[in-house]
Amino acid sequence: MGEELKVIVFTLADEEYGVEVDKVRTIERMQPLTRVPKTPAFVKGVINLRGVVVPVIDLRGRFNVAESEPTDNSRIITVAVGDMEVGLIVDSANDVIDLDSDSIEEPPEIVGGIRAKYLRGIAKLGENRLLVLLNLEEVLNKQEIIELENFEG
Amino acid sequence: MEVNQYLSMFIDESKEHLQAINDNLLQLENQPDDIGIVHDIFRSAHTLKGMSATMGFEDLASLTHEMENVLDLVRNRKLQMEPLIFDCLFKSLDHLEMMVQDIIEGGTGKADVAPIVSALKSIVSGDYRKEVAATAEAVKTGASDDSRRLDEFQYSVLSQSIEAGNKVFFLEVKIRDDSVLKAARAYMVFDALEQNGEIVKSNPSVQDIEQEKFDKVFSVYMISRVDQPTLEQIIMNISEIESVNITPIDRQSLEEAKNDQRPAAPESQTEAAAELRTAKAQQGSSRQNAPVAGRTIRVDIERLDTLMNLFSELLIDRVRLEQLAGEIRRVDLTETVEHMARVSSEMQNVVLKLRMVPIESVFNRFPRMVRDLAKTLDKKVDLVITGAETELDRTVVDEIGDPLVHLLRNAVDHGIDPVADRIAAGKPETGTVHLRAFPSGNHVFIEIEDDGKGINREKVLATALKNGVIHADQADKMTDTEVYQLLFASGFSTADKISDISGRGVGLDVVKTKIESLGGQVSVESRPGLGTKFSVRLPLTLSIISAMLVKLGSEKYAIPLSSIVETAILRKERIRTVHGIRMMDFRNTIIPLLSLSELFECPSYSEADEEETEIVVIRKGEKIAALMVEEFIGQQEIVLKSLGKYLTNIFAISGATILGDGQVALIIDPNALIK
Repeated sequence: MGEELKVIVFTLADEEYGVEVDKVRTIERMQPLTRVPKTPAFVKGVINLRGVVVPVIDLRGRFNVAESEPTDNSRIITVAVGDMEVGLIVDSANDVIDLDSDSIEEPPEIVGGIRAKYLRGIAKLGENRLLVLLNLEEVLNKQEIIELENFEG
Repeated sequence: MEVNQYLSMFIDESKEHLQAINDNLLQLENQPDDIGIVHDIFRSAHTLKGMSATMGFEDLASLTHEMENVLDLVRNRKLQMEPLIFDCLFKSLDHLEMMVQDIIEGGTGKADVAPIVSALKSIVSGDYRKEVAATAEAVKTGASDDSRRLDEFQYSVLSQSIEAGNKVFFLEVKIRDDSVLKAARAYMVFDALEQNGEIVKSNPSVQDIEQEKFDKVFSVYMISRVDQPTLEQIIMNISEIESVNITPIDRQSLEEAKNDQRPAAPESQTEAAAELRTAKAQQGSSRQNAPVAGRTIRVDIERLDTLMNLFSELLIDRVRLEQLAGEIRRVDLTETVEHMARVSSEMQNVVLKLRMVPIESVFNRFPRMVRDLAKTLDKKVDLVITGAETELDRTVVDEIGDPLVHLLRNAVDHGIDPVADRIAAGKPETGTVHLRAFPSGNHVFIEIEDDGKGINREKVLATALKNGVIHADQADKMTDTEVYQLLFASGFSTADKISDISGRGVGLDVVKTKIESLGGQVSVESRPGLGTKFSVRLPLTLSIISAMLVKLGSEKYAIPLSSIVETAILRKERIRTVHGIRMMDFRNTIIPLLSLSELFECPSYSEADEEETEIVVIRKGEKIAALMVEEFIGQQEIVLKSLGKYLTNIFAISGATILGDGQVALIIDPNALIK
């Protein structure tokens, strides 16, 4: 038995993903966003989270998966990595599960269009359920945003 | 010049620096190989030197200068730290503290630092190893010198006694090694002496002797009613006394004893003696000024921040309450909310004022500094200060002093050219350094401009190459601006000689780091032969500002009121186009007309199909431009919020605020819109 890991499970384009519970601050329903001009397309804007202004990004857009209109199930998961606090728009968030760290395997090159460097690993849940664990540090890597901007510009 | 104004600032700052040096020295003693700590000490000493020189405390400055020299050798690994050097540095620190204390008590901060300065110099020159032995000896003789020393009062008592024909003796009494009750024996001696005369001075003091704070030997000056042999007999009759040495004192030996205290005797180089002298010099120094400390209290800026944050929360709720009261329309509720609004805006003024101080308090110490600098360097320099009344957040004012000192010293030392060169170049003999401060939007600009020789591109490149800041193949491709920016690179200094004023590479890199840590920017422009201009841009770092809220379709933006000249309505036909750029007439000039919706790629609004557009005229310093918006919402106090670490460097957006309805509105940075 490895370490026990509590993970929040969310869905994005029919795949199930997980982030460690200690990185998650809150899970919010969709709310009006204030657009921030001249930012990458996946930056949807900022919200007021109990007096703190928090930027929100669309994970679909971040991973170059086709974006879709938010639904009633859409959620904003706010995560804190280092001294950054960012909200992630996901299709739904509905579960907290315990994982054995031994059951996490190295990610393959690409999963659902997401490159391996954004992934921490893949965990098997039962027979045909796979959970993709995100590497939030890479997902929120600012260096890459700058490169993206340069590429677009 | 009014000194008191910044004296308290000097005192606070120097106390902090002394404390920092002390802490770091202690730390260094444990990790003598950590050059990082040496760097920190060096920087503190360097700043202290600059500050004291500015304030005219020359003894402080000269002592710190010597400390700096020692530390410079250490940080360049030319000198290994060892106990003796530590002792010397700590001793210097004690002296500095004494001098600062004297200044606090209204003194002049003068002290005789010659012995400690020469000790430091000997460390720099490497002579100290030879001197160790000599110093040890000096300590011995010094100790006895010390015991013979008399103050003014004691001297006059003794000299009158001698004139009156009384017998005056100097006694040195030694108690036996095996004595258990030294204090008791000493007391018996004193008792016996008092019965036979009057004790004028004892060394150590009577209190110390009573508490047994002495080592077998003590000495006494006394006016005796009995002759020398009788006195000797009386003392030797007391048990456990090993010996007594009695010297008669006449006018001549009395003079010697007195003269001993004059600093004119440099051969008694012991630190104990030096300290005593410093103490005396302090007592002697005029205290015509009342104590200056205690007129202000220093409040931790964190507490002010907390207060400000709490107040911001209150402000957001206030706006919300006002809205709700407007909807509910109950007279007493409306009245209460209005009253609350008045109280809170009063409170806001107070909270803001707590943090805002005119930059004058920093600027005021510069004219003297520049004058002294110019004198030292044999240059002629005029310092022209404008905008000293510009107000800045206290945090920024507290921190901006050091960087500005560096930049000004830099301008006078490296910028302004020597008189001969100036005449040769056809420039006026006297150089001018402009120091300007002006607010613009959420920022304050501080400019330091000299009319000197400008920055020598080739020299900067050569130094950068030598110090490994850049590679040879980069050098040719760099623009002038890029080359000038090299000045801010770490460990860079173009001064040929190490001078008292600037140089040694504690300079522009520190300035840049400091300014950036304040959320500001520093840049440099230069025209060869004509001069150099350093521009520092600082945020007001206010958490509450007045702003104009404007609407663009479904989006709301806030424009800081401080950047707004006026608002107006512009008919479409009055828009002109010059070289494809939209312009408009504004008070006899033509100013650019910017479309906010285009700049921000606003999806829900475009002024293209409007007959009339609302415009906001904004300014940055002298430059003016107009912004087209859809509608004015109104003026409001807004709470400045950061967009967080994830979104940085966003075009023309300086932050965000939360409106009464909980929505986030972005704050426009007009400085980014005006080029």
